[in-house]
Amino acid sequence: MFYLISALLQIIDREAVEEVRSNREIPEIKPGYDIQLKVEVPENKRRISTIKGTVIAKRNAGLQSTFRIRRHEAGVCIESLFPLYSPNIKEMKVLGKRRVRKAKLYYLRDRMNALKKQ
Amino acid sequence: MQSFGAAASVSRSLMRRVAQVFCTDPRSSPHSSSSLYFVAQLRKLCAMPENDDAVGNRIIEAKPRIMNPSSKRTGVIAVKCGMTGVWDEWGARIPITILWLDDNIVCQVKTPEKEGFCALQVGCGQKKEKHLTVPEVGHFRAQGVPMKRKLREFPVTEDALLPLGTSIGARHFLPGQYVDVTGITKGKGFQGVMKRWNFKGGKASHGASKSHRSMGSTGQRDAPGKVFKGKKMPGHMGVEQRTVKNVWVYKIDPARNLLWVKGQIPGATGNFVFIKDSVFKKPDISQLPFPTHFAPEDEDPAELEPLVAILSDTDPFMAAE
Repeated sequence: MFYLISALLQIIDREAVEEVRSNREIPEIKPGYDIQLKVEVPENKRRISTIKGTVIAKRNAGLQSTFRIRRHEAGVCIESLFPLYSPNIKEMKVLGKRRVRKAKLYYLRDRMNALKKQ
Repeated sequence: MQSFGAAASVSRSLMRRVAQVFCTDPRSSPHSSSSLYFVAQLRKLCAMPENDDAVGNRIIEAKPRIMNPSSKRTGVIAVKCGMTGVWDEWGARIPITILWLDDNIVCQVKTPEKEGFCALQVGCGQKKEKHLTVPEVGHFRAQGVPMKRKLREFPVTEDALLPLGTSIGARHFLPGQYVDVTGITKGKGFQGVMKRWNFKGGKASHGASKSHRSMGSTGQRDAPGKVFKGKKMPGHMGVEQRTVKNVWVYKIDPARNLLWVKGQIPGATGNFVFIKDSVFKKPDISQLPFPTHFAPEDEDPAELEPLVAILSDTDPFMAAE
């Protein structure tokens, strides 16, 4: 019966992902892409803020897939984690792609200048 | 309408026929004592009330009834399938546990006439006859009900009794209602006092010698001179029955008989849990299907849409300001 149960969860997850994908256009996101997001923050009076940065990590977990963005803002480097299928992300646009040889670009944390050069 | 006493009346008529065959007239014929004794026993067994409307033949109809504030519906047995998360329409995150009502059928009806109280025994799942003990197989055969994996009795009020063999689905509940979920918790093994009883432990440094996670003192001195019973000590933790109360039902999937419920539930994935209407946050009586939801005959269960709880009209984030 355990196969049934794990299969059931997979089916439910897949259906939920398909439903979100059919309603909203979600481009392919990989580490090394520069993307621009329009995020609506419900806690902050539902303001829509634009976030522009590099994807340094992506975690595949069905509906709970997340990705990390590293951006340079007002002299400070900020990393944010976003769920890929969150309804609060109103728009996603890929600005550019970079060739990287890793799945997780955490090495960028140690090198401040690496971001600027690339 | 399910004839409740069908099994009992069959055996009674059979006994009467056997008695007729064996017993000519005990007064006249010179039978041996053993056959007379046998006949007397048969007579005793057949000396039940002749009319079928008496003992045990209460007619329970599968019809929707009106619920009183004092009436109590059955619970249900479900399998814990796993956890996910959803975003509700306001963009808030809800942790969800998915519970599967696997083929719940009423396996036995307990009435005041026979047992002295009102209860329904519900069975969940399927099981092969070769995997069940002979008494269990006999129980299912006597009731005339398919073999179930898990049985559980739920006390109900008299107006909430269901006929034998009624199937209970996910539509027994309403999205948005509160339920109490009981389950056997996950096993944690032999655990220390800090995990098991939330003790504070000892100092991490400042010279504490080998007592960082220990119990400390266990009592006084020679008065009383003993350790009291029930003293919290390390031991086996987990695998206990616990009830989580006021669990909010977010979504009901009648096609697959799933309940999507907010938060955590005791037990591991694959284990059985028992769901009842909440005792403290009572659901709306006028809207609950009572005694249970009877599906109309022309309805195809595979085509039913999931029902989602209606959330508040006002934005909860804006309302805070």
